[in-house]
Amino acid sequence: MEAKTGTWTEKKGLAQMLKGGVIMDVVNAEQAKIAEEAGACAVMALERVPADIRADGGVARMSDPDMILKIMDAVSIPVMAKCRIGHFVEAQILESIGVDYIDESEVLTPADEEHHILKHNFKVPFVCGCRNIGEALRRIGEGAAMMRTKGEAGTGDVVEAVRHARSVMGSIRQLQTMGDEELMTFAKLNGAPYELVKEVKELGRMPVVNFAAGGVATPADAALMMQLGVDGVFVGSGIFKSGDPAKRAAAIVKSVTHYQDASILAEVSKNLGEAMVGRNAAQMPESERLAGRGW
Amino acid sequence: MKIGVLALQGDFSEHISMLKRIGVETAEVRLPKHLDGLDGLIIPGGESTTIGKLAVAYDLMEPLKEFGKSHAIWGTCAGAIFLSKDIGRDQPLLGLMDIKVQRNAFGRQVDSFETDLEIDELFKATGTENPYHAIFIRGPVIESVSGDAKVLSALEDGRIVAAQQGHLLATSFHPELTSDTRFHEYFISLAS
Repeated sequence: MEAKTGTWTEKKGLAQMLKGGVIMDVVNAEQAKIAEEAGACAVMALERVPADIRADGGVARMSDPDMILKIMDAVSIPVMAKCRIGHFVEAQILESIGVDYIDESEVLTPADEEHHILKHNFKVPFVCGCRNIGEALRRIGEGAAMMRTKGEAGTGDVVEAVRHARSVMGSIRQLQTMGDEELMTFAKLNGAPYELVKEVKELGRMPVVNFAAGGVATPADAALMMQLGVDGVFVGSGIFKSGDPAKRAAAIVKSVTHYQDASILAEVSKNLGEAMVGRNAAQMPESERLAGRGW
Repeated sequence: MKIGVLALQGDFSEHISMLKRIGVETAEVRLPKHLDGLDGLIIPGGESTTIGKLAVAYDLMEPLKEFGKSHAIWGTCAGAIFLSKDIGRDQPLLGLMDIKVQRNAFGRQVDSFETDLEIDELFKATGTENPYHAIFIRGPVIESVSGDAKVLSALEDGRIVAAQQGHLLATSFHPELTSDTRFHEYFISLAS
């Protein structure tokens, strides 16, 4: 048979290879090398980490392709890059330069306030953010091959990531106990495609790999998310906005592997230096919250 | 029969599901003590750099090499890289198999592909003849085999994608992502 590329199995499959791993935000080749050396399973190439996007304000867009290409040259692990919600031309550009995964991300300023990208149109796989099962299944319906909880990026406050992971996991557990005749109403109430609701009930999990993101700053945060049932962790500002990025990055990698072993978690949590300066997500005005972006 | 799956990073739970489907007892391996009582080990797909660094950090390198001398080990993708002797770059390797491997040999993710393979040894062992559907994800190629290592399967262009050396097995592709249990059955026959 002819070799087939860009299939749904291929798209989902790369995310399966990332499981049990940490995906780190990096803004240049040097940081990418530090992340790879620390054991990151992939990097997210972007011009500014979410904490700086918050501080700078203005419109946040796709990064310069040249900067992404330099990061792709610098490391052997997969490289992801972000495009704006609904900005399918940014996605076309990222696909053409060969990034391994595109994050259609609420961290950038949305380009479309009603529609997301039809991700089935691409060969490159996409990851998207979610706050609950309905949002997750809408994105998967559009073709996202990997999900991440949104959390509240650039805060160093894990509370929103916990809220979103608990919401998704709770809904999956709820579906396990539902009768088949209840699924259409569940789909209606959650704004989720019916076929995917059925699939979640049958599988007892999300149809694609589901990571945590948005506010993870310590090894304990990462292990908390893993114990809540996610498949891996994105760390954005938490590493390179901390006092000792290399050490903290390696510690978070270890904490995701040994997330059930408190004695190892204690060991890797020692002497990590300053964590990123946190920002309390609960006291943040609605207008500054990124997680609300996405439809 | 109890088979361990190295659970440092990657798709170890997919391997565990396949093993359970064919009725094999399983265990996750994260520390040297988890190797006790196992009849064989699978090293899953994932990122070989991540798996190697965690194996070094938790003193698994020597115990894994020792385990491989007398037990069956199968590496898929990243696992095949980890089993090899030479990959032409500096990262932790077990060096148990006399194979030379090139990482990411097919390009980036958009070049990852699925295709059917003829694997005579596998068909003979399982008494089947339908082609084996293989899934490659940023996969490596086995550039060459030496010593006792032999080629198990190659693409039409000759590039080697599966090799065996006694009780050691390496595949560039991911049988754990399919519903075809033949490769897992074949590995269990090596571990018996």
